Amino acid sequence: MLSRRIFSAIATLLLLTAGATPALTQDQSIVVASTTSTQDSGLFGHILPMFKQKTGIDVKVVAQGTGQALDTGRRGDADVVFVHAKAQEEKFIEEGFGVKRFDVMYNDFVLIGPKSDPAGVSGTKDIAAALAMIEAKDAPFISRGDKSGTHSAELRLWKVAGIDIEAAKGPWYKEIGQGMGAALNTAAAMDAYVLSDRGTWLSFQNRGELDVAVEGDKRLFNQYGVMLVNPQKHPSVKAEAGQRFIDWLVSPEGQKSIGEFKIDGQQLFFPNAEQQRS
Amino acid sequence: MMRAASSDLPLVLDRVSLSAGPVTMLDCLSLTITPGAPTLVVGPNGSGKTSLLRLCMGLAAPSAGSVSWGGRTDRGPARRAILFQKPVMLRRSATANVVYALGQAGCPRRLRAARAAELLERVGLLGLANHPARRLSGGEQQRLALARALARDPEILLLDEPTASLDPAATRFVEEIILMAAQSGTKVVMASHDLGQVRRLAGDVVFLVRGRLCAHAASGDFFEYPSTPKAAAFIRGDLVL
Amino acid sequence: MSEELSAWQLIASGDATLFAIVRLSLAVTLSAVAIAAVIGLPLGALLALARFPGRSAVVVVLNGFMGLPPVIVGLSVYLLLSRSGPLGEFGLLFTPAAMVIAQAVLVLPIIAALTRQTIEDLWHEYREELTAMDVGPLGQVATLLWDSRFSLFTALLAGFGRAAAEVGTVMIVGGNINGFTRTMTTTVALETSKGNLPLAVGLGLILIFLIILINAAAWGVRLWSEQRAG
Repeated sequence: MLSRRIFSAIATLLLLTAGATPALTQDQSIVVASTTSTQDSGLFGHILPMFKQKTGIDVKVVAQGTGQALDTGRRGDADVVFVHAKAQEEKFIEEGFGVKRFDVMYNDFVLIGPKSDPAGVSGTKDIAAALAMIEAKDAPFISRGDKSGTHSAELRLWKVAGIDIEAAKGPWYKEIGQGMGAALNTAAAMDAYVLSDRGTWLSFQNRGELDVAVEGDKRLFNQYGVMLVNPQKHPSVKAEAGQRFIDWLVSPEGQKSIGEFKIDGQQLFFPNAEQQRS
Repeated sequence: MMRAASSDLPLVLDRVSLSAGPVTMLDCLSLTITPGAPTLVVGPNGSGKTSLLRLCMGLAAPSAGSVSWGGRTDRGPARRAILFQKPVMLRRSATANVVYALGQAGCPRRLRAARAAELLERVGLLGLANHPARRLSGGEQQRLALARALARDPEILLLDEPTASLDPAATRFVEEIILMAAQSGTKVVMASHDLGQVRRLAGDVVFLVRGRLCAHAASGDFFEYPSTPKAAAFIRGDLVL
Repeated sequence: MSEELSAWQLIASGDATLFAIVRLSLAVTLSAVAIAAVIGLPLGALLALARFPGRSAVVVVLNGFMGLPPVIVGLSVYLLLSRSGPLGEFGLLFTPAAMVIAQAVLVLPIIAALTRQTIEDLWHEYREELTAMDVGPLGQVATLLWDSRFSLFTALLAGFGRAAAEVGTVMIVGGNINGFTRTMTTTVALETSKGNLPLAVGLGLILIFLIILINAAAWGVRLWSEQRAG
């Protein structure tokens, strides 16, 4: 009697799980390792339904930091990697983990800071000068510290500003090792400066006293690239469906849908695939 | 229920000793238990009654000497049932306790319910059949344990002071059940320190003092013609050291 | 889910996404607890009865594993299920099955350790009677499991609570994929990172409410059956 009860309980549970899981074999699906900035901004929510409608392919997005997303691709756990850290991406291709890299779009970073503006940089246009001011005044600054694309962009900008951040960092410079949203939450709680991609900033709700301090500098532009994981390294990669997704992203139709995505009337991502491909 | 082909009687203890570390519970004891009327094991507290029963059950191995059942020494008695001084009830209803014992004794599943009801009626617990066994009173639990023991249809039934904590009415009830079992062919071996009970039930009496066999005699002889001074003192009610 | 809506509005409006998330969370956690129970109950019982050299060490390690850090479990299962890992060929990473496995690993020590304690206590009580009735080892395990079922039920609830509330493992091995592996806890984490704190808190409250509801139901069942079986 005991064993029969346990058996029926397990059977019920398995049915429950099966019911909660969309049938895997019926529709095609690919796993895309991407960044929190694309997911949290809502871009995927905007473009993926269009792709699905056209091709029937289900795109499952695993949002990670760029470093982790590349690692996921390296291990063969994703079919497509869609990130923003060009140097790391090119290394990924060189190592043979990716087939070919395509530019897709760019967005821009903004320096976010408290309205009280202790570093006195609000409204300026020179990101290097602004960072130098922050460092000079020991104004609180939150760094992602997670090897993400945004984190590497931040490190590159410190270098541009002529600051060796490894040597200069002090109590004012806090590496939290978390995603963009967590970094913004921390900055809001501590009235600190933080470098964010515009998309995440615009869709971020818990702004507190934070506002945009520096924007518009060309050096704040942020290029996104997409790569198919090399099926020769990992035979499990769904190369055909993955390539269709990449082809669609860089096609006029995909590019148009990226350009159409807006938050509060602001365009977040600027498609730039065509000219790069010629 | 399957009847074992061979009998476990006579039960023979041959120069048996039982010790744990420096403590000797039984000392070079020889005894033969044969089919028939109940054998009562008596003696002062600490004289080794429980140890003797454990050896007879095959629950403990002797430190020296040998125990044999129907001539075999390789395993304990096949059709034994044991009633401990403080029986432990399974966390189930009274019926389920008996059904469990029936199942262990190999009673076919379809017969168990009817047989359990029969046994519960025999010990006067039919009215409490569906009660949780652990919420029964001490006397009721003792009777339920007896039903559980009888469910095994034992050839040897060992009881360790089954009435020690019961009132006279409950004691009489339990004694009647034991006598009934004995009359239907079960060999009863029972420890007791109640001389009145020994007079009422015993066919033969085993008298232990400090782990040694002090006397083994038919009940009448034990009381009328005590073979040792210690036995005489015990019967008189003196303290035996 | 639209971000302008509060969690309560979502419930009131019967938001399909929300219900899918709740359903997935419950299905994953209940499956994980069921699997952990099927393995952990007999394992704990065997450990309670078996006597072998090094047993104490095993018991101590098992008790220690009750506090396994979810992130470590998640990472280990991730490496195991990854395409580059030993079980990569099954392609389970970033699926609900991976989350079930990870949670089962997390909960198994809790269920096994509590079972061992419960069964060992009962075994001390039952040993003589069961030996006297010539109950074999398997029968002993079955009897002890059945007779301590009410205590074991509490052990299962403890496992359920731990699995339902945890976010570290399912985030790592599930990937928090929208509509596929997004559970209540990963949604809360995601909404928090979006700075959508009211929705995150609301979802958290729903989760707590569900856990209390399930515990209350379990408690009721226990009271009811305890009165019947004693």
